[in-house]
Amino acid sequence: MNALASVTDNPVADFSDTPWWLSLIKALMLFVFLLLNTLLVIWFERRVIGRMQQRPGPNRTGPFGLLQTLADGVKLALKEDIVPKNADKLMFWLAPAIAGAMAFVSFAIIPLSNEVWMFGHRTPLQLTDTPVATLLVLAVAGVGVYGIVLAGWSSGSTYPLLGGLRSSAQVISYEIAMGLSLVAVFLYSGSMSTSQVVTSQKSLWHVLPMFFSFIVYVITMVGETNRLPFDLAEGEGELTGGFHTEYSSLKFAMFFLGEYVNMFTVSALATTLFLGGWQAPPGFAALGMNGGWWGLLWFFIKLWMFMFFFVWLRGSLPRVRYDQFMRLGWKVLIPLTLAWVVAVAFMRAANNGFLGNGQISLGFTDIRRSLLLVIAAVIIVVFAAAWAFDVRRSRAEAEKAPRQPEEIDPFAGGHPVPPMPGQRLRESRPALTGARTTTDPEEPRG
Amino acid sequence: MKLGGAESTLFALAAPLSVIGALALLFARKAVHAAMGMALTMVVLGIFYIAQQAEFLGVIQIFVYSGAVMMLFLFVIMLVGVDSSDSLVETIRGQRWAGLLLGLALAALGLATIGKATFPAGTGLDRANSQGNVSGIARLIFGNYVWVFEATSALLITAALGAMMLAHRERLSERPSQADWSRARIKSGRNVAGLPAPGVYARHNAVDTPALLPDGSTSELSISRVLKARGQVATADKELAISQELEGETGDMTRRGNGDDK
Repeated sequence: MNALASVTDNPVADFSDTPWWLSLIKALMLFVFLLLNTLLVIWFERRVIGRMQQRPGPNRTGPFGLLQTLADGVKLALKEDIVPKNADKLMFWLAPAIAGAMAFVSFAIIPLSNEVWMFGHRTPLQLTDTPVATLLVLAVAGVGVYGIVLAGWSSGSTYPLLGGLRSSAQVISYEIAMGLSLVAVFLYSGSMSTSQVVTSQKSLWHVLPMFFSFIVYVITMVGETNRLPFDLAEGEGELTGGFHTEYSSLKFAMFFLGEYVNMFTVSALATTLFLGGWQAPPGFAALGMNGGWWGLLWFFIKLWMFMFFFVWLRGSLPRVRYDQFMRLGWKVLIPLTLAWVVAVAFMRAANNGFLGNGQISLGFTDIRRSLLLVIAAVIIVVFAAAWAFDVRRSRAEAEKAPRQPEEIDPFAGGHPVPPMPGQRLRESRPALTGARTTTDPEEPRG
Repeated sequence: MKLGGAESTLFALAAPLSVIGALALLFARKAVHAAMGMALTMVVLGIFYIAQQAEFLGVIQIFVYSGAVMMLFLFVIMLVGVDSSDSLVETIRGQRWAGLLLGLALAALGLATIGKATFPAGTGLDRANSQGNVSGIARLIFGNYVWVFEATSALLITAALGAMMLAHRERLSERPSQADWSRARIKSGRNVAGLPAPGVYARHNAVDTPALLPDGSTSELSISRVLKARGQVATADKELAISQELEGETGDMTRRGNGDDK
């Protein structure tokens, strides 16, 4: 009981030595960081996908083609800005602004590292933190989708409207699964503040005990950012450009920017919640390369691992169909994550001593008896569910398969008879062996 | 009570926005504008909660109400295509007056009840948030008011199940898959490659314009029957005239021998 009483859900990051102008500088630096990373990741994506498709990718503008994105951006900005006749002018203008602006907000609560010296002040490398920081990311993402939905509606034509509708349904269903997958992390770290979550991963990154949450989060984060294989809101195969079909010039650039910044945000959140945030990988912490400015390096590496994963997915998977996508979300991810959260809650309760205090020695460490019992129960339930699922599926398959007619021996009565309806002749051996091209010495003849 | 400088600035900026959003909900002509006005008011309310140090409440307000509930509203509005002209028709006689009367009665009842309510002295933010804002709320929800919350959730789940029951339809036969449709098309021998696509012309490309058949007549099959029923099918005459004019300038590819025939 006393294990929980001492826990407070307030952030551990200390902002008392951070004057307002330093916050402003940090905000500006975050903005520039995200813009530069976006420039870089677009080039990175095109190069890596090029490699995966056995072509060079952009390699002309600047060293290794690094300035290609810059050139494309300038070209995009100088293009004609078209507003369709049927468009709802106010919303048509507002949509890219929402999509672009909201993308940047969430990064404010991501801890890039712990405390560093900056301009004579000791301050966390994080713009701000609240007790509900992680929920803030979900809330901001929810508002950001208005940009996409409104873009679809305000364009005044069919394909964008369909794209916008898809996007709204997609976000509602995948935010539920994402929120549920994060609940397990909150239970484990006892807080929703990002700095607290990172600190609680000091000895063990959450990706190991929370592996199922991690998998669900990674799937839903691809769905949330409208990236392949879940980019149904764009779906150029069926909807030309989806929600941004009618957009051009800087308004289109805002959607483009928003999508990539969103990718960074969800990847940063995944890094923070599951991969230990700015904590050094095991081994490096002992070398004194943990925290401070070193943290930024580890964070950056982990962040870009997720970006590579995004690109890898895009290079290898085809787009799923809309109904498949919805079925995955509602019938697979949400129920499984619910069950997982209940299991994690029981494990945490047992670990904190709510279900009895008996200890069992495992030789190298002591463990609570109730925790062992809960884990055993979870394993039994999982196996039972898998078994029941298997039985049901094989039964359904047996029902579906065309029934084989009954086999009869035509020579049973001494002389050959033709099969009745619903019966099937047994193939005689010589007919089979004669049809084979290779001869098997062990095959009995006759 | 005194407001701090930052808080009063925030209030001065955000309060007018919330009022504008609320007025937009009442007076906007388009349903989507009204919905967006409401979403704006909800977001600003959430910001106010956060400014008053109820961070959890504020973020949940934005997350649940503007992120999910209003998004569902918007989804339905966009899907159904609600028009402002629909809502002005009085379907039941005297409905408007009855509605006004009942609304006033409800307001009077509410005001009378609220006016009589008395509050104990506030405990203060420091004590309320002594275990952290989230833990404090959790203690209230899962401690003092646990039965109220359980009853509410049971009610909501019942309502959701009821809605699902009403909307549920039992399938009598297996749902045809993409492959089944394709097989059926090939078996029947009609539109084997799918229906023809709508018209793509030199200067126009839209789903409401029918495609042209080789003899120059329009193809009925290339237009969605929904558009036909709504009477929203455009004519291809203008596009045809433009195409013919362009062909007149550049020469008709179908008449001149090209490739092997040359």
